[in-house]
Amino acid sequence: MHRTLRILTALAVMIGFGVGVAQFEPRNVECIAPADPGGGWDFTCRQMAPVLVELGLVPGSIRTQNMPGGGGGVAFAYVVSNETGNDNLLVAASTATTSRIAAGEFAGFSADDVRWVAALGADYGVVAVAPDSPFETLEDLMDAWRTDPRSVSVVGGSAVGGWDHLKVLLLADEADVNVQDVRYTTFTAGGSAIIEIVAGRADVFTGDVSEALPQVEAGNLRILVVLADERQGGLLADVPTAVELGYDVVGPNWRGFYMPAGISDEAYEFWVETFREMAASPEWETLREQNGIADFRRFGSDMEAFAEQQVLDIQELLTEIGAR
Amino acid sequence: MTEVFASLMGGFATAAQPVNLFVAFVGVLVGTIIGMLPGIGPINGIAILIPITFALGLEPTAMLILFAGIYYGSQYGNSISTILLNVPGTASSVATALDGYEMAKQGRGGPALAISAIASFVGGTLSVIGLMLFAPLLARWAISFGPAEYFVLMIFTFTTLSALTGRHFVKGLVSTALGLGVAMVGLDVTNVARFTFGQMRLFDGFDFVVVTIGLFAVSEVLVLVEGTRRGEAALLKMGRVMITAKEFTSSIWVMVRSSILGFAVGVLPGAGATIASFMAYTVEQRLVDRHSTFGTGDHRGVAAPEAANNAAVSGALIPLLTLGIPGSGTTAVILGALLALNLSPGPLFLTRNPDLFWSLVASMYIGNVMLLVLNLPLVGVFVRILLVPRWVLVPTVVVIAYVAVYSATSSSFDLLAMTAFGVIGYFMRKMHFPLAPVILAVVLGPLMEINFRRALSLSDGDYGIFASSPLVLGLWALVVVSLLLPLVFRRRRPAVAEAPERPEA
Repeated sequence: MHRTLRILTALAVMIGFGVGVAQFEPRNVECIAPADPGGGWDFTCRQMAPVLVELGLVPGSIRTQNMPGGGGGVAFAYVVSNETGNDNLLVAASTATTSRIAAGEFAGFSADDVRWVAALGADYGVVAVAPDSPFETLEDLMDAWRTDPRSVSVVGGSAVGGWDHLKVLLLADEADVNVQDVRYTTFTAGGSAIIEIVAGRADVFTGDVSEALPQVEAGNLRILVVLADERQGGLLADVPTAVELGYDVVGPNWRGFYMPAGISDEAYEFWVETFREMAASPEWETLREQNGIADFRRFGSDMEAFAEQQVLDIQELLTEIGAR
Repeated sequence: MTEVFASLMGGFATAAQPVNLFVAFVGVLVGTIIGMLPGIGPINGIAILIPITFALGLEPTAMLILFAGIYYGSQYGNSISTILLNVPGTASSVATALDGYEMAKQGRGGPALAISAIASFVGGTLSVIGLMLFAPLLARWAISFGPAEYFVLMIFTFTTLSALTGRHFVKGLVSTALGLGVAMVGLDVTNVARFTFGQMRLFDGFDFVVVTIGLFAVSEVLVLVEGTRRGEAALLKMGRVMITAKEFTSSIWVMVRSSILGFAVGVLPGAGATIASFMAYTVEQRLVDRHSTFGTGDHRGVAAPEAANNAAVSGALIPLLTLGIPGSGTTAVILGALLALNLSPGPLFLTRNPDLFWSLVASMYIGNVMLLVLNLPLVGVFVRILLVPRWVLVPTVVVIAYVAVYSATSSSFDLLAMTAFGVIGYFMRKMHFPLAPVILAVVLGPLMEINFRRALSLSDGDYGIFASSPLVLGLWALVVVSLLLPLVFRRRRPAVAEAPERPEA
């Protein structure tokens, strides 16, 4: 079974890039999770990457190495300085990576210091309130912001200038509010921020779908808007997207990988195609759905452009709030 | 009530299946070993085991039982290295070292381990009963704690300082200041870098494993090197292994009170076992330490923190299971595992997965009994560790710690930092500065700061939030009582002045 798949992969690669291109064979693949065991990046390495092995796309096993520090900055600096040209090294990444590059937190390194390979899924942003909140719709919230921005207290699970904060600023920006006036209190995790909503100590929660859904089911939260490009299914079927309401805000927290600069074109193409194949597999779909991750795919040059654009967008916003 | 009983019996039936019993046993055993080895800790242990358990295709129930077992076992295993070697593997067993290691030095290592096993059992069992009866109710108590309440709770915990410093109160303050300074390093909540000197390695600050192992274990090696050169005895006495009936009866209420306290604190997300153990130690010192023997090898000084930190473990499961909000680092990892199993812990966990909940409760009973059955007879074995010359033992432990820290972070920087803390710890010992307050400050300092800032951010700068609820006012009252109580007692008991000089922790 695995052999068949491998032959098929080889065939696909050959057909895709023409016979004669030197064949890249992955060996002793390593995945760096730039954080302690247990978080999102650790999940990317320990659970997502092994799907490649399961599908027979990568031989042997993929070893995970945790390299915490500087919100991913230690690993980023290490990869840029010490791993140039390593064709067998994957590094877990997400919107947290691009937003920290944008904030200039990675010791002056920029998005083109690495090769962005693929994003395989995303957790879309949500803005939610308590079920009995006076904000019935997003418009109510936008109106409150327009009248008195300081009357609304927002909580979220990322640091000031982090992704949860930025998402809500993107929305407030659409209401033509001076984003510096938006009140935001940071918590160490989305869950702790939700407690403040449940207890009535704060008004608005900004976070991701996966954090908010269980609380919606339990009647602790009501989602006002999903920051996806199209309407989501299931419990979110009745929740509008910001785009539908006329506000051009999309906030995907994508999950994927980058690789060191200087890797061979064959290797880069191999990984891009391999991830493309993984993204289409039922195995990945199962794992993705189990973990509340929405379908979101960017590969190769699309991914490079996407990552760079995201960095630029966030830089613009950070400049506006004076955080940069 | 009968319903609870019936559900529990159903849970026992599941948990008593051979597979689950075996898994509970493995969990407790692996946990004990993980806990004994400083630097690994239950978080890394569980995170690394998650993919393996998936590969084994364990049932969700078995997996939960396994993780709960590891969590429990590691708390106990920790106390072994703490008591016998003065090397606390986590911050939550630092309070145990105060009296535990003193007991070991006096040849009472066996009784110390035994009392620790019994206290862990009492703490674990009582808190499981609490989990079973009050889970939904306690969830509300956890919610009522906002940033302002946490801030005052931290202040209350800091009033426990005098209990940790003994007669060197000023030196204790210096140690605390050092700890706060160490805690300050890194990015704050607004991403401002403090004391990082542009080094990205310092952005996350110092991990407390690095600080704890450095201050306690590495400095111990340096002290040993010095002692060996002078030809001092490198062996501790072994003495008797079991506790006496008197030791047991005198500490039973200490255990019960500390269990309740530990459970209540453990329920608060983010507070956890460390605060519980320090608080229990101080409260008991204030309540039962008639002859100022705490800190000089009093078995009740071991019973209190050990009962509390085990009780806090079940407490921490409550916000996880009822709200889907992890109360500690380890429960965060368990949360990840549950999510991956397509079980979302959260407000509906109990109603949707009652079988799983009740078998978890039952397995925790079983895990506790196993911990006691496994470890009490083994006290005699563990205590033999003391027969190994300390100049072999402590360096070995330090080597294990270095390897563990390096494998978790892939960073030689942490190893250098650990060594530096060792040198600092050595000089602190030489000059009789207590070490425990450093750890207390490293753990509490950042929590106190962040909650202070959160409270003010939520109130848009209004300091009134620190007096805005009955709960917060009640906590202030506790702070006042805790500060005044020692003064009152001191007046009633002039004998305190004759108390023996307390050796440094």
